[in-house]
Amino acid sequence: MEPRKLIERGPCRWELPTSGTMRVPVVVFASPDLLRQMDDKAMEQAVNVASLPGIVGASYAMPDAHWGYGFPIGGVAAFDADAGGVVSAGGVGFDVSCGVRCLHTGLRREPLMAVQRRLADALYERIPAGIGSTGAIRLNAQQMDAMLAGGARWAVGRGWGSDADLERTEERGQMLHAKPGAVSDHAKKRQREEMGTLGSGNHYLEVQEVTQVYDPAIADAYGLKPGDIVVMIHCGSRGLGHQIGTEFLRRMVEQAPSHGLTLPDRELACAPIRSDLGQEYLGAMRAAINCALANRQILTHLVRDVFAELLPTARLPLLYDVSHNTCKVETHRVGGKDRELYVHRKGATRAFGPGHADLPESLRAAGQPVLIGGSMGTGSYVLAGTRSSEALAFSSACHGAGRAMSRHQAMKTWSGRQVVDDLADRGILIRSPSQRGVAEEAPGAYKDVSAVVDAAEAAGLARKVARLEPLICVKG
Amino acid sequence: MNDRWEHFEHGADIGVRGFGASKARAFEQAALALTAVVTDPERVVARDSVEISCEAADDELLLVAWLNALVYEMAVRRMLFSRFALRIDGRRLRATAMGETVSVARHHPAVEVKGATYTSLRVAQRDDGPWMAQTVVDV
Repeated sequence: MEPRKLIERGPCRWELPTSGTMRVPVVVFASPDLLRQMDDKAMEQAVNVASLPGIVGASYAMPDAHWGYGFPIGGVAAFDADAGGVVSAGGVGFDVSCGVRCLHTGLRREPLMAVQRRLADALYERIPAGIGSTGAIRLNAQQMDAMLAGGARWAVGRGWGSDADLERTEERGQMLHAKPGAVSDHAKKRQREEMGTLGSGNHYLEVQEVTQVYDPAIADAYGLKPGDIVVMIHCGSRGLGHQIGTEFLRRMVEQAPSHGLTLPDRELACAPIRSDLGQEYLGAMRAAINCALANRQILTHLVRDVFAELLPTARLPLLYDVSHNTCKVETHRVGGKDRELYVHRKGATRAFGPGHADLPESLRAAGQPVLIGGSMGTGSYVLAGTRSSEALAFSSACHGAGRAMSRHQAMKTWSGRQVVDDLADRGILIRSPSQRGVAEEAPGAYKDVSAVVDAAEAAGLARKVARLEPLICVKG
Repeated sequence: MNDRWEHFEHGADIGVRGFGASKARAFEQAALALTAVVTDPERVVARDSVEISCEAADDELLLVAWLNALVYEMAVRRMLFSRFALRIDGRRLRATAMGETVSVARHHPAVEVKGATYTSLRVAQRDDGPWMAQTVVDV
């Protein structure tokens, strides 16, 4: 995307004014360099989103935006039900509530490195990862519905965590108004053996070291110091979310004409919020959010067990848990008035600023932790939500590095063995069932995560708090 | 032209494309391309069979329905498929998919397919010649 095609509205903020079928402008947050790297397809998709009924403000693209399906990955769009707004299964994606959580360990680098190899092996053995792996927890029909209604709160009730974990999870660990009855038997069947599994692709579990602190006051509020060891878990709602995405996409495509919707791209499949299908999807999607929250909570429990055996002094409280692929009802101030909006974040993170009522007391002064996963060989970041992000993009920020290269190209460029060896030379241990999977996720296949977070900070979407670098990575 | 499959580039995901002498053969080849997202199809033994049927309003929606039916069977049976016998009658597709349970040691499965999308979706015949069936799958 060429910067000259857009109007520069502020630092790292560009606008494509409304034209043609667009109802609102497109706003892209990026440095000139990131903008040049951004493919035209991502822009085309952001323009398509801008043409959907009931959209409010703008169709936003975060600094890590890239070509997705329907919405760009890194796309944010809010809809007003009163203005004929829609909910889009494509705007949430297949991996509903895919997200990241970060656990403290209370450990410093040295004791961790003393057991690095054993810890890597133990985590790899205990955390089911990759295709064909199954979780140890099987749910009957009643338990499945309880999990879909209760989320991480359900998991904590079963003994897999504490109330303190819920305090540090979006929605206090439980997405309200979920409808387990709106989730098909197929979706439930697909989840039967997948509770407490990591998945594959870009999902991972990493042990990381805090290598740099940018904002000491917020870092202190988050409990992060240079040399601290943390655990980062990236995964989503597993087969259940994928099946819900698949089924509702199809139904929304099929029913679009009866809702009077003309879709520029079938993948934008959506339904009016005030329609039976829209309401059914919202209920099923919220159940999938609970599935993802429960899944990350169970994985947290497994990680704590492994640490208890190898590093008994470690305590692993949760710093925070954020979700990336969601549609949530939030109140935002638009044109001086509070409006209830259905905010889609596809490959984007919520980023509430200081003082936001939804934040737990312990984080309210600092703002919401925004967890940014990098690629396995590089770094991850902890950012903090700002007050300015509310007006800029309905309190949203980027979610990761974003791919710079397709899987196909990555596989032809690197061998998994070589990637593992190169990272081992740098002190990073990779454990994965698939060499090809590692090659496809090679660090070089991703954009520079530092450039992405720098742009987010320059634009005012979030503040940089700390940089984290991996020591162990378990990949599915 | 021989029936064949290939992958095509998509930013974060993978495009699957099948060519065949008939629409049904192109759908079979697209299914092989789907397996190839996970592993080399030649490593998958066609040992057990699964019956699949689906329906959709047009050819393109039928391709997505077919690939998603396979994704579902792969997920719940933990199987990979390498041989297909497929018939299309109007809007209806019936198929036998043959394959085996996934083995991490033999298949080194690279990545799980979450679902077939409607992105770059196309089913078409070239001037009375071969059929092509393609779409992007989310991984």
